[in-house]
Amino acid sequence: MRVELRLAGAGGQGLITAGIILAEACAKYTDLNVAQTQSYGPESRGGASRADVIISSNEIDYPEVKAPDVLVVMTQEAADKYIPGVKDGGTVIVDTTYVKQLPEAQSKGFKVIEFPISGKARELGREIVANIVALGLLTEATGIVPNDAVMAGVLNRVPKGTEELNKQAFAAGVEAAKGL
Amino acid sequence: MALPLEQYLRVAKMPHIWCPGCGHGIVLQAIVRAIHELGIDTEKTVIVSGIGCSARAPGYLHFDTLHTTHGRAIAFATGIKLAKPELNVIVITGDGDAAAIGGNHLIHAARRNLDITVICFNNNIYGMTSGQYSPLTPQGSYATTSPYGMLEKPFDLCNLVMGAGGTFAARSTTYHARQLTNVIKEAISHKGFAFVDALSQCPTYFGRRNKLRTPLDMMNWFKDRAVPVNAWEKLSPEEREDKFPIGVLKKTQATELTEVYKELIQQLQQRGGE
Amino acid sequence: MAENKARLLQGNEAVVEGAIAAGLRFFAGYPITPSTEIAEQAAAKLPTVGGKFIQMEDEIASMAAVCGASLAGVKSMTATSGPGFSLKQENLGFAVKGEIPCVVVNVQRVGPSTGMPTSPAQGDVMQARWGSHGDHEIVALCPSSVEEAFRLTVEAFNIAEEYRTPVILLMDEVIGHLREKVVLPSKEELTIKHREKPSVPPEQYKPFAMDQGRIPGVPPLAAYGEGYRFHVTGLTHGEDGFPTNNPAIAEKQIKRINEKISSNRKALCKVERFFLNDAEVVVVAYGATARSARKAVKDAREQGIKAGLLRPITIWPFVEDALSEVKANLPKAVIVPEMNLGQLVLPVRRVMGDSVPVIQINKLAGQLIEPEEILSAIKEAV
Repeated sequence: MRVELRLAGAGGQGLITAGIILAEACAKYTDLNVAQTQSYGPESRGGASRADVIISSNEIDYPEVKAPDVLVVMTQEAADKYIPGVKDGGTVIVDTTYVKQLPEAQSKGFKVIEFPISGKARELGREIVANIVALGLLTEATGIVPNDAVMAGVLNRVPKGTEELNKQAFAAGVEAAKGL
Repeated sequence: MALPLEQYLRVAKMPHIWCPGCGHGIVLQAIVRAIHELGIDTEKTVIVSGIGCSARAPGYLHFDTLHTTHGRAIAFATGIKLAKPELNVIVITGDGDAAAIGGNHLIHAARRNLDITVICFNNNIYGMTSGQYSPLTPQGSYATTSPYGMLEKPFDLCNLVMGAGGTFAARSTTYHARQLTNVIKEAISHKGFAFVDALSQCPTYFGRRNKLRTPLDMMNWFKDRAVPVNAWEKLSPEEREDKFPIGVLKKTQATELTEVYKELIQQLQQRGGE
Repeated sequence: MAENKARLLQGNEAVVEGAIAAGLRFFAGYPITPSTEIAEQAAAKLPTVGGKFIQMEDEIASMAAVCGASLAGVKSMTATSGPGFSLKQENLGFAVKGEIPCVVVNVQRVGPSTGMPTSPAQGDVMQARWGSHGDHEIVALCPSSVEEAFRLTVEAFNIAEEYRTPVILLMDEVIGHLREKVVLPSKEELTIKHREKPSVPPEQYKPFAMDQGRIPGVPPLAAYGEGYRFHVTGLTHGEDGFPTNNPAIAEKQIKRINEKISSNRKALCKVERFFLNDAEVVVVAYGATARSARKAVKDAREQGIKAGLLRPITIWPFVEDALSEVKANLPKAVIVPEMNLGQLVLPVRRVMGDSVPVIQINKLAGQLIEPEEILSAIKEAV
């Protein structure tokens, strides 16, 4: 088993943190191998931002994501750029708060999950937890890593004092996936 | 006080490489005398130099010594001092070494207030490479690379160090050998970054081209232009023309880097131990 | 949630973990992408173990400070990338000449010049070998995983201490920034080596002795402040450390410094062999590129092609003997993929001579060579 995941959006949406949390949850709480990379450079300051995670039951040789099995997009730009590269039969999770139109690539027959991720985070009190809502959604929808493992990963990495909010955000994501 | 030179010098390495009449031997003796009079532990004293005529001095000194690359002595010394703060670290440098290629290290060491002593053997010329101008060569002076007279203005190294936050700066000359010894003593005793601008004559490459043929001409040149700092304060800008102050120009106390580091480590280790 | 022993660690972080485990207590550096995380981690961690970090005013000063701290007896390291590696070369040469143990990490990015700061390359292979002037040997190690970044950093310190020499950890941006699941070895599992101290009284101590030391030609090294009152200079010096112009002494000393590395090639050269025994096509790859090569070899084997991988872990000195073994089996071809225009392929080609065709795969613009590119070269070669 080798699953390639990509989380893409804008700098400040916390997607790199989300990628690291997912990867760390895998490393610490499962028997799976994991490799995580991300976009670097000027584009990570305000511009586009991207985190890639590879989860595998085998050794991970080539450490980069070529065609993601799972893609989370949280801006229109990221949707336009990365949806066409998703693997056939893959899963695309779309933050409809910011993504208004999907690019012409839907013929590949991948599963699209649409949810106002950032809007939900705003409802919970702070849009900054949109990444954790996305993570809840992704974890529940894909079933690659157990929910409690990722939740533990979230609590390892978020600032002190924000645990409760992040728990709610994660749960909201999980709920959303269940309802779809 | 009689100076037991053999206690401080690597006598077997003599004769030294400096030209007859060079002032560097006087500065070297002032350093040795200062160390002797202070009675500091010579086994806990490291002397570091860069490249140039001055940089050969550590080779003659019976201490732990390090002759580094051009301009970098202060950077090497920074590593030594941070690694082993209990060591006295003295840097011997030249004007090209300290002010040109190593100027950045000089101002940053001053800014950090690291407890090292930097003594600049300032003969305002590149002697080792046979007489090119340095950032300390007076405007109008002749050097092999300023055949029409030095076009640029020189640095005042003490001002540079003081401006960069250095907590001790002093100047003296080979003519004022006794005072030179005293300011070096004060510099070594100072807790924090200490800089001494030690004016030294280079009759071979500076004097010869600048109508100061003999070492005596050059030392007289120092004598005529040097003004004790107290008197200097009272001079008008016109009176200061062609003159320079000697003595301790700045001496203040400020937190010193290795002390700050020691405290930080103690704090962190206590926190870790809790 | 039950935790296992594994952690998620970035390559650059693993370097700092390895260094501290190996005894690093002084780091001087200057921020440069993609190595900066090493400085950041060192700044955070060193004071907690009683060590010191300093951000120097430039790259040159950091290399100088590292040499100074090491001579004071403290294990020292710096980290940089291409442009900074260029600036460090003079004082790296000083460390070679002064036989000062230290570790220099170069997380390679695309050059020449400022190049592509956030993109990987392997363009400094030859600079690592010959970047500083004059005849000298150098040791350079090249990790291809996060765990190996940890282990090779420990190894780099061990070699630096044992051989009194600077050691370069030649990483690339892929490995430097990659986060992976790793299980770090415990203290007990690690072998940590320390420089040999002199056993003679100070007046008999020769810091550059020709014929002393546990390893022949590697004289014991005192630390400043221990009463040995020794002299270190970048000038060519005799056994006592003082400058000499005597051609006979100069030649002996320069040769000794070179031979202490070159004559210990067997001990220093490490490789990984993957499906080499019956390989008809051999890929020679290092660093991140070796990850793609490994995948390509696996895929080739699945398709019934006898491919193998030789991965130099030691880049310098060159893994001459392992290559000669490959040559002796007369494979149909040796393929050398590199993120440069062809650097390590040069000594590979020299060893293969006319006996085995050597095929290059080169990529320059900051992208990791893909397994498929290597696989198609393997297929073409059989």
